[in-house]
Amino acid sequence: MSLLLSDEQVQLREAAHDFLGERSPVARQRALRDGGDALGFDPVLWRDAADMGWTAAVFPEAVGGLDFGWQGLSAVFEECGRTLAALPLLSNVALAGGAVLALGNAEQQQRWLPSIIAGEPRFATAFEEGARHAPTRVRTQARRAGAGWVLDGEKTFVIDGVGADQYLVLARSAGADDEPDGLSLFCVPADGPGVVATGVRMVDARNTANLALHEVHVDADALLGTAGKAWPAFDQVLDRARACLAAEALGLVREVFARTIDYLGQRVQFDVPIGSFQALQHRAARLYVEIELLESAVRGAFEAIDAGSAEIGPLVSLAKARASDLCATVPNEAVQMHGGIGVTDEFDLGLFVKRARVLRQQLGDGAFHRERYARLRGF
Amino acid sequence: MSELDQFRTQTRAWLDANCPPAMREPITADDMVWGGSQLAFKNDDQRAWFEAMRERGWFAPGWPREYGGGGLDRRQAQVLDEEMRRLHCRQPQYNLGIWMLAPVLLKHGTHAQKLEHLVPMAQGRVRWCQGFSEPNAGSDLASLRTRAEPDGEDFIVNGSKIWTSYGNFADWMYALVRTDPAAKKQAGISFVLIDMQSPGVTVKPIELISGKSSFCEVFFDNVRVPRRQLVGALNDGWTLGKELLQHERAAMSKFAEGAAPSLDPLASVRAWLAENPGDALAPELRTRLAKLLMDAQAFALTHRRVTEQALARHDVKGPAAIMKLVQTEQEVAKYELLADALGQRALVWEDAPSTGLEHEVDRGWLLSKTYTIAGGSSEVQLNIIAKRVLGLPT
Repeated sequence: MSLLLSDEQVQLREAAHDFLGERSPVARQRALRDGGDALGFDPVLWRDAADMGWTAAVFPEAVGGLDFGWQGLSAVFEECGRTLAALPLLSNVALAGGAVLALGNAEQQQRWLPSIIAGEPRFATAFEEGARHAPTRVRTQARRAGAGWVLDGEKTFVIDGVGADQYLVLARSAGADDEPDGLSLFCVPADGPGVVATGVRMVDARNTANLALHEVHVDADALLGTAGKAWPAFDQVLDRARACLAAEALGLVREVFARTIDYLGQRVQFDVPIGSFQALQHRAARLYVEIELLESAVRGAFEAIDAGSAEIGPLVSLAKARASDLCATVPNEAVQMHGGIGVTDEFDLGLFVKRARVLRQQLGDGAFHRERYARLRGF
Repeated sequence: MSELDQFRTQTRAWLDANCPPAMREPITADDMVWGGSQLAFKNDDQRAWFEAMRERGWFAPGWPREYGGGGLDRRQAQVLDEEMRRLHCRQPQYNLGIWMLAPVLLKHGTHAQKLEHLVPMAQGRVRWCQGFSEPNAGSDLASLRTRAEPDGEDFIVNGSKIWTSYGNFADWMYALVRTDPAAKKQAGISFVLIDMQSPGVTVKPIELISGKSSFCEVFFDNVRVPRRQLVGALNDGWTLGKELLQHERAAMSKFAEGAAPSLDPLASVRAWLAENPGDALAPELRTRLAKLLMDAQAFALTHRRVTEQALARHDVKGPAAIMKLVQTEQEVAKYELLADALGQRALVWEDAPSTGLEHEVDRGWLLSKTYTIAGGSSEVQLNIIAKRVLGLPT
């Protein structure tokens, strides 16, 4: 194993770089925002991304995947971070696809994974119920009804929840609030009675929804895995998704940092480029140090994921904690160093600031992952 | 079997036969053998391992035999290094001459200089120290003032050096001295070799806030240094000095390799957390401990990544430039946490030598303050990153 990308992974990154640079530059994200479309992404771009194999990369060949590994996919997420490309890759591939792969039986995998790989119909995974990441704080109830189940509850901040065809819903079939035991995962069709998704307009203009489930009846085969035993497998699904967000964050902060270094070299005040001031040089150097450490942590997390190592949990928390921290530090410093132009909407920096802030919160911020790391290390 | 494989097999067998088991244990600072006129062994195993390696010329495996080295080519030297690591062999001797000065001497020294200095180094007979910093030339090293004035066949040296590690045990010093006071700072400096036994040399160990230290002050009062001890051209010392410092990281890693693990902050702070669950400080210390361990793991991963990049011949200038800064700041943070966790127990100043945790923490905490200052302060490291890596304007 290695902390460097292989030649094939570098090729994938370069392909993603070229494709997104041409088809989804930052201006495209601005246009999506200004258009106010709740879908938040371009369906044609998504179909083309699927055609390039991005949706197939991590799945085994037996179900139509490419078995290319997660480290390769991380390179795509990094490139998405650089150009702010909006794609439902996390929701469909890492979360829904990952959950079906981890928890679904053979029949369910055959039923759903080919759609996920095709990019159509679309999936979203609903687990949060509050404002902050707390995946075991689940009050949505699942109770047995005949051969099937009835679901009741409210889910929040569902990624790509607007316009999804299927929801994977984490519900409690036993146990008390915040207990990992007693959680079950169900696949719920969006068009069923009692299922209402309401778009939430977020600061990054991406697709986000709250999901209400009122007396929703599903069949027995909607349950993925064993009732009440979705955890810890679902946490492992979350870990892959957390690592993907950390990779996106890495690409994003690298881009913001590069733009800031350019600006420091160009902006002249007091007759000299402001980048010649040591007060700014040291701050920039500090950011560089932190970003290098983040890259190592991200590569380490994906190395563990592809190796199926027992260290996935701590390494992912290491990467996501650092990514979340830098999603505040780097854009904040970038705005300050840019001065007035940094807070104007016309300048693209603000779009990065807003996306970074969402990445920071989704699937756990620094505080969440430091606490988790401590717990996983036994203190 | 290729010739190199054969060399590997033979080397492995030889090391296995000649490196005593005790010399494969992790090493503490007290157990390090330093070559030089004051060479001393604490036990027969140290002596046997030292002598066996010396006979092979393997203190300096890659140097030509004529200068006392092992005559190995680059790949063979690499194999020896790998096999020593594989068996966890200690360094048979620690020697700044071989690791720091010799690369410069091999490149810029005359044949006579190489014969005079490399051979005794390779035999572990001479110990070297570094004379760069001065009381008024720290981060701004080029402002150094120690003068060397020509006088017949000699230079006459006057001035002083500071922060010379183990100056009190050294036989020779490689030093930067000012030979042209009229020239611009960097342009008037020369690189000379000074015999520490010369009349007029005085060495005074420095006591630090943590107590006794290996740092010394060295004073030069009309010290005669023969002109043949000038390395490279007159007034070209700054170039040589900078070149020498590029070997510093590799040399310092020799000290880190095989070192007995330092304090395990996890164990002591965890113990404190277990004993004091209700303490108001517990949640904060737990968070700090988690952050410390996470930062250490990110650093270890970065270390691995840089190594892999270097092997793959990628440009590692960027990530490599952060290593000293990050590592030393993490050490400082570790001791700050330990000192806070132990409370006043960490502040007991014991006069008697002790191996207790408290002793290690209070001395270590104070000593750690030197880490972010010595060997290029954190601020100098940030300057290097800003200018050489990020290319920010001057």
